[in-house]
Amino acid sequence: MKITRKDFLRLSGLSFLAGGAMEAARAIAGRSSAATESQSAPVAQSVRWGMVVDLRRCQKEKGCTACTDACDAAHNVPRIADPQHQVKWIWTQPYETVFPFIQDGYAEQSDAGIPVPLMCNHCASPPCVRVCPTQATWKRADGIVMMDWHRCIGCRYCMAACPYGSRSFNWVDPRPALAHLNPDFPTRSKGVVEKCNFCEERLANGLKPSCVDACPQKALVFGNLADPNSEPRQLLRQRFAVQREPELGTGPSVYYLV
Amino acid sequence: MFMFEKALRGSRQYWIWLFCLLCVMVVGLAFYLYQLHIGLGVTGMSRNVSWGLYIAQFTFFVGVAASAVMVVLPYYLHDYKAFGRVTILGEFLAITAVLMCCLLIFVDLGQPARVFNIILYPTPWSLMFWDMISLSGYLFLNVIITVVTLTAEREEVAPPRWIRPVIVLSIPWAVSIHTVTAFLYSGLPGRSFWLTAIMAPRFLAGAFCSGPALLILFCLILRRTTGFDVGHKAINALSVIVTYAMVINVFFILVEAFTVLYSRIPADVAHLQYLYLGLDGNYHLVPWMWLSVLLAAVALALLLVPSWRRNPVMLPIACLAVFFSLWLDKGLGLIVGGFVPSPLDTVTTYTPTLPEWSIVLGIYAIGALMITVFYKIALAVHEEIGEADVHVPAVPVGTADR
Amino acid sequence: MRDRLWIIAGLVLFLAAITAPFWYRPAHARDLAKLPELVLPANQRQCVAPVSYMRASHMVLLTNWRQQVVRDGERKYVAFNGRVYQKSLTATCLGCHNKEQFCDRCHAFAGVSGPYCWNCHNASASRAVAASADTTMHSPEGTHLTENLPPHILAVLASRPNTSSPGSRP
Repeated sequence: MKITRKDFLRLSGLSFLAGGAMEAARAIAGRSSAATESQSAPVAQSVRWGMVVDLRRCQKEKGCTACTDACDAAHNVPRIADPQHQVKWIWTQPYETVFPFIQDGYAEQSDAGIPVPLMCNHCASPPCVRVCPTQATWKRADGIVMMDWHRCIGCRYCMAACPYGSRSFNWVDPRPALAHLNPDFPTRSKGVVEKCNFCEERLANGLKPSCVDACPQKALVFGNLADPNSEPRQLLRQRFAVQREPELGTGPSVYYLV
Repeated sequence: MFMFEKALRGSRQYWIWLFCLLCVMVVGLAFYLYQLHIGLGVTGMSRNVSWGLYIAQFTFFVGVAASAVMVVLPYYLHDYKAFGRVTILGEFLAITAVLMCCLLIFVDLGQPARVFNIILYPTPWSLMFWDMISLSGYLFLNVIITVVTLTAEREEVAPPRWIRPVIVLSIPWAVSIHTVTAFLYSGLPGRSFWLTAIMAPRFLAGAFCSGPALLILFCLILRRTTGFDVGHKAINALSVIVTYAMVINVFFILVEAFTVLYSRIPADVAHLQYLYLGLDGNYHLVPWMWLSVLLAAVALALLLVPSWRRNPVMLPIACLAVFFSLWLDKGLGLIVGGFVPSPLDTVTTYTPTLPEWSIVLGIYAIGALMITVFYKIALAVHEEIGEADVHVPAVPVGTADR
Repeated sequence: MRDRLWIIAGLVLFLAAITAPFWYRPAHARDLAKLPELVLPANQRQCVAPVSYMRASHMVLLTNWRQQVVRDGERKYVAFNGRVYQKSLTATCLGCHNKEQFCDRCHAFAGVSGPYCWNCHNASASRAVAASADTTMHSPEGTHLTENLPPHILAVLASRPNTSSPGSRP
């Protein structure tokens, strides 16, 4: 049997391809089974971190930016002048844009125009996690939606998926826009997405999030939503609370007392 | 390499054309290196409009890629002989368009060095993962099909029998690439402009008119520059396909508009208002969207009258109108319109910047270069086997084994 | 064999190119061959793993740490000798090592063009945090999260590595 050069090249090319494909298939099978295991691992939801924002307390302090300042300083969030490139973890937005369903011209709107603090809602069913192609953003067992800046490829699908505008992309290198550097928290590189992490680095040390500690009016109440006796749960029992766009089924962990 | 030597012989004009494309590619590459250095901040994209020209053009060219099915299906499934010459052109167009899509995604990444994380951490619940699978699979299928059928054509034998199931598989696969691309957008809870079940059908209708329109234009250019004629019958059949698909596409857009405008849900209306009337003093896209409407109207008028459609002057105009109408509608408005207004009701202006345009043009040049080389090869093979063999044996249909 | 001359010339060039590293010796070759002057930590005698392992595989250890801290919330590293460290590049590694005099010099010598750790992590991290092997992650200011929690939640927290409260370490 005579093998021509063409046949030889073709055969060896095919064998390489087949070998590579088998290796890839094995890797994918191994990884995705590992991934589904971690997804479906039975988790007794004993902790679900959440936040209650008391807007009545919040608006007592006019022009206050304590929470934003504390968060930005703690997490090296850059202050970029160009609004197109801004990075935000916790910030404020007028009441009527945050809760657009309250748009009645006749009802007395004492809250219209007041700034409402916004952050990542750490959803129970986060669309950003669902769409991320690399699991660079994922949901921890304690409800925190995390970002892995080592893995993010910067496709920004999560930004399109987030119905709350909670995610920011590093359009440029953020370091030049940092006036003060907190050496204990990393900065980000250009080309990755970031957002509020509920101060998971502080939670690990048993501390509350920086914004909660910084608020002079104690308007931000943080705690375990899964525990009926926690501070946020007690507040939710006493007062009428809303979430942002609950009809989307995302299950936000941030509540607003209006 | 695969008959590549045929692309190395050409006229003076051929080499000048390739050189011009190379220049555009170099400019695009230079701007891409600049973007790599500074970050995606060199584009017009922003916190609120976080996808722009790159992703919009990606969406449009997925459609062009999928449209190859409009020649493959009649030729191979229905043994429509008139498409004998145009089919290979359509398949080469698909290969080129898929590769352009890959490049458009790649230049959109903030961390392109990590692109293989998609394979390293496969995530089956992400539509982006499936888009990668469907696009690379489609590329693979089309490369196999073109190599095998063209080789058989050159050797003047019937293609091997095993290629037929591959071709049949490529037909639903073509539909899948554009469906999955539509699902990228239509499954997002917070973007009401995209949250519509008609997104995938609309994408396909748009694809099946813009792709074949481009193919007709290529055939007419080939006839003028090389004398290679795919035949009047093929052009006529293609133009009928363009007509039907364009009618369905416009119908789908109107259906969409009715639902939004009659239900008057403010969040849904806002996106259409931004695109066609302007919102909060921002009229950036309004002229372009109306130009798209106007082009669609012109195209429909020219295509729907049979004598105009067959007119050698009117047809290219109609095809250009179809192509650019959809280029504006799908390759710009559809993506930007989904982001404005933002979930927090902010209207953000998005204007592609010079680096952005240059990089996209560079990718266009790569596409044009590939099409040129591919068509050169296809035509060279055709000349080689001689004009006598116009009726290239198609893939054996069923039991009809030659 | 009309092309004999071309083929031989090509072969010679090819051989010359691939053997270049063996015979090409730039003027400052002597400096290049000199081992880097690494400044070793003064306050510690033992790294988190034996030197031989660290020299060859520190990047593997760092990648594992990064994975475990960021994705699994496991922040404590029990070393081969039983000592417990905080899994932290800036706090633990840089707690002893000097980036410029240790990391950079060796990377420059080995021709490893800067790992991108430093694009985000701050080399100027506070040294005091983890200079000692005892790596509780106390922070001076701030209220403690666990103050208001009932005992059964505290028990749950203590059993969870990523949310353990200070003092509840095993």
